[in-house]
Amino acid sequence: MSSEQMSGAEIVIKALQDLGVDVVFGYPGGAVLPIYDALFQQNRIRHILVRHEQAALHAAEGYARSTGKPGVALVTSGPGATNAVTGLTDALMDSIPVVCLTGQVATHLIGNDAFQEADTVGITRPCTKHNYLVKSTDDLGRVLHEAFYIATNGRPGPVVVDLPKDIQVARGVYRNPGKVRHRSYQPQVKGDLALIKKAAEMLAEAKRPIIYSGGGVINAGPAASQLLRELVRLTGYPVTSTLMGLGAVPAHDPHFLGMLGMHGTYEANNAMHDCDVMLCVGARFDDRVTGRLDAFSPGSKKIHIDIDRSSINKNVRVDLGIVGDAAHVLEDLIKVWKAKAYRPDEKALERWWKQIDEWRARDCLKYKPDDKVIMPQYALQRLYALTKDRRPYISTEVGQHQMWAAQFYGFDQPNHWLTSGGLGTMGYGLPAAIGAQIAHPDDLVIDIAGEASILMNIQEMSTAVQHHLPVKVFILNNQYMGMVRQWQDLSYGSRYAESYTAALPDFVALAEAFGGAGLRATRPDEVDDVIKEMMAIDKPVIVDCQVAKLENCFPMVPSGAAHNEMLLGPEDMGEETSEAGKALV
Amino acid sequence: MSDQREEIFQHTISVIVDNEAGVLARVIGLFSGRGYNIDSLTVAAVADNDSTSRITIVTSGTKMVIEQIKAQLERLVPVHVVGDLTLEGPAVERELALIKVSGVGEARVESLRLADAFRARVVDSTSTSFIFELTGKSTKISAFIDLMQELGLVEVARTGVVALSRGKTGLEQ
Repeated sequence: MSSEQMSGAEIVIKALQDLGVDVVFGYPGGAVLPIYDALFQQNRIRHILVRHEQAALHAAEGYARSTGKPGVALVTSGPGATNAVTGLTDALMDSIPVVCLTGQVATHLIGNDAFQEADTVGITRPCTKHNYLVKSTDDLGRVLHEAFYIATNGRPGPVVVDLPKDIQVARGVYRNPGKVRHRSYQPQVKGDLALIKKAAEMLAEAKRPIIYSGGGVINAGPAASQLLRELVRLTGYPVTSTLMGLGAVPAHDPHFLGMLGMHGTYEANNAMHDCDVMLCVGARFDDRVTGRLDAFSPGSKKIHIDIDRSSINKNVRVDLGIVGDAAHVLEDLIKVWKAKAYRPDEKALERWWKQIDEWRARDCLKYKPDDKVIMPQYALQRLYALTKDRRPYISTEVGQHQMWAAQFYGFDQPNHWLTSGGLGTMGYGLPAAIGAQIAHPDDLVIDIAGEASILMNIQEMSTAVQHHLPVKVFILNNQYMGMVRQWQDLSYGSRYAESYTAALPDFVALAEAFGGAGLRATRPDEVDDVIKEMMAIDKPVIVDCQVAKLENCFPMVPSGAAHNEMLLGPEDMGEETSEAGKALV
Repeated sequence: MSDQREEIFQHTISVIVDNEAGVLARVIGLFSGRGYNIDSLTVAAVADNDSTSRITIVTSGTKMVIEQIKAQLERLVPVHVVGDLTLEGPAVERELALIKVSGVGEARVESLRLADAFRARVVDSTSTSFIFELTGKSTKISAFIDLMQELGLVEVARTGVVALSRGKTGLEQ
C-alpha cells in the first residue's frame, strides 16, 4: 500500500475513489470548500448538484437501492447537515447504505456556536447506523473505509462522517487499508445450520404455509431474490411481500399473493392470519404489516430470518429465529430441503391453495371504473401496461398514490422499486428517481407522485434539468393529501382539516418553468396518449394526471384492527375507527 | 404483546465498548430513544491501554424488552460484547456510596454505631458530621441510607452498580 502526504480534502477524494465511488450528490458551503476544490481538480468522481440537502440524501438512497452499491452525499456544516437529517432517518428506517460527508467548523471552534455550527454527530447519532467526527487528518483514510464497511455490511444503513474544515486543509498520510476488518462490528451472515435444519423440518410439516418476504431479501442482493424464487418453486408455497420487498418474487408468479399489510391484498392478509407455519425472510413485523398485534396470525408457528438480531422477537414472538443474511440462509435452507428430500404435504397444500383461490376470487383490488373521471387505479394500470416492457425504475412519494403504485405496478425484479416505507417521507420520490437515473442513464425512471408530496422537493426538477436526467414525474393529482383525507373519512367524520390544497400550481407551466416538459390528462381517454408522449420526451417531464378527488385506497386494515378485519371498499367504511385504533399512527 | 400484564425483571448487563468519544451517549441515547429504563449505569476504562471501557447497566423490563435491550446494544458499532450477568449465572454486584450525616449527641453516636454494624468507614468527620463510605449490594446501601434518614442525613452520592460474573472466565473469552 502506498502512503503519501496529502491534504485532508485530497485524502477524502482519494479514499472515495479507492472505494469505487463514481458519483456524489451534494451541495457546497463554507465548511466543505476544500473538498469541493479537490473534487473540482479530478475527473473520476462525478458531482450531482442538488437544490436541497435532503434531496442529496434521497438521491443517494435512490442510487443505492437501484444499484445495491452505497450512495454518497456531501453537505456542508450546520444547515447542510440538519437538512440531511430527514434523508438519514429515511435511510436508517429502510436499511439503505448511504455515506454522508458533512462539513464541520474547525476543531478549535467546535462548541463555540460558530457560524453554521451544529452538533452534527450529536444530532445524527440516533438517525444513523454510526457516525464519526474526524479529529486528525491521518485518521481520515481509515475512518472513510470503515464508514463504507459499516454502511454496507450487516443490516445496511446510513453513516455520517463529520469533517472539520481544518482537518480538510491539514496535510496527512493516506493509506488504502484494503479490506476492513472491524475490531468490534462483525455481523453474522451465515445462519446456524442446526436452526436452518429445524426450519426446513417445520416448513416440510406445514399444512397451511406462507412465506413473508421483505426488504432484507432485496438488500441481500439479486442472488437472494433468485434463491427465494427457487424456494417457492421447490415447495409450491404461497409467498407475500412487504412494501419494501416487492420485486423479489415476480408480481405475476402464481404463487405470489401480492403485498400484505394495511393496504395489502385480501388473500395475502387472510393467508397470513390463517397460516400454520410462517417463514419471514428479511422483514420486521412492522405495525403496517401486522395490524393489531394480539390478533396477528394467532395459530401459526413463526420462523424469522434476519440479519439483525434485534429484529427478531421485537414486535412478535417467533418460534424460531435465525440470524443471518437472507441469501446465505436461503441457500442453506434450500440445500437442506433438497438433501433431506422433503416434499410438501400435497393434499394439505392443495386444500390451502383452494382456500387462497377463494380469497383471490374476491378480487380485492377492483374499483369502480369511470368513463368521465380518471380513476387513480386506472391511471396506474395504464402506466404499468404501457411502460412495463421498458422495465422502469419506479419511485414514489408517500400517500395513497404510493399504495396504489404498490398494488397496481407489477414488479418482476428486485431493485426497481424505490419507496420510503419506514419513515414515510413525502418528497422522497423525485430525488430518489434522480439518483436512480444517474445510476441507470438509459433506463426509464418514473416517480409516481401525489400533488402534495411532489411539492415537498419540487426544486429538484432543476437538478434533473441541469444534469440532463429525463426522469418522469407522474402525478396522481386529486388536490387532497389523499391518505390524510382517507383517515379523516375513517376516523374523523370526514372533517377534512387542512387536507385540501387550495392554490396548487399549474404543474404543466411549472415543469416548463424549470426547463422540463409538462403534460396533462383530465379524461380517461387521454391517459394512454399522455403516457406515450411522456416516454417519448427525452427530458424531465411532469404529468399532471387529474384523478377522481375522493377515491380511497382499498383494501385496508384499519388502525387497530386485525388482518382478517379488512375493509374491502367504501361500503365497509361505516364504523368509525376504535378509540384504541385512533391512538395509533 | 400487551406488556402491562407481563412480569418486570431487573437485569444487570455488562457491555465492553471501544473507549471512544460519544460511546456513552450512544448507549444512553439508545435507552432513552427506545424508552428503556436505566436503574443505574457506571462506566470506566478497563483495558491496560485504555482502549476499551466497561459499562455496567442495571435495567428493568419484561423478558422481551430485556432481550431487545441486549440485541440493540450488540448492534451498536463500538460494542464488543454484551453480557447478561443476571441470566448468565452467579455474579458479584457491588456499589459504593458516600453518605453525609450531620448531628450531635445520641444521634451522632447512633449513626456511628450503625455504620460499624454495616461496615461503613468514616472518611471525613467534623465535630458535627461524618461522611461514611459504604460498599456492598445496592439493597444494603439503601437500607443504611434509610436508617440515616432519622439521624441527620444530609446528602448521598452513589456510584451505581459494578458487577462481574463469578468463576474464572470473563466476558470477552
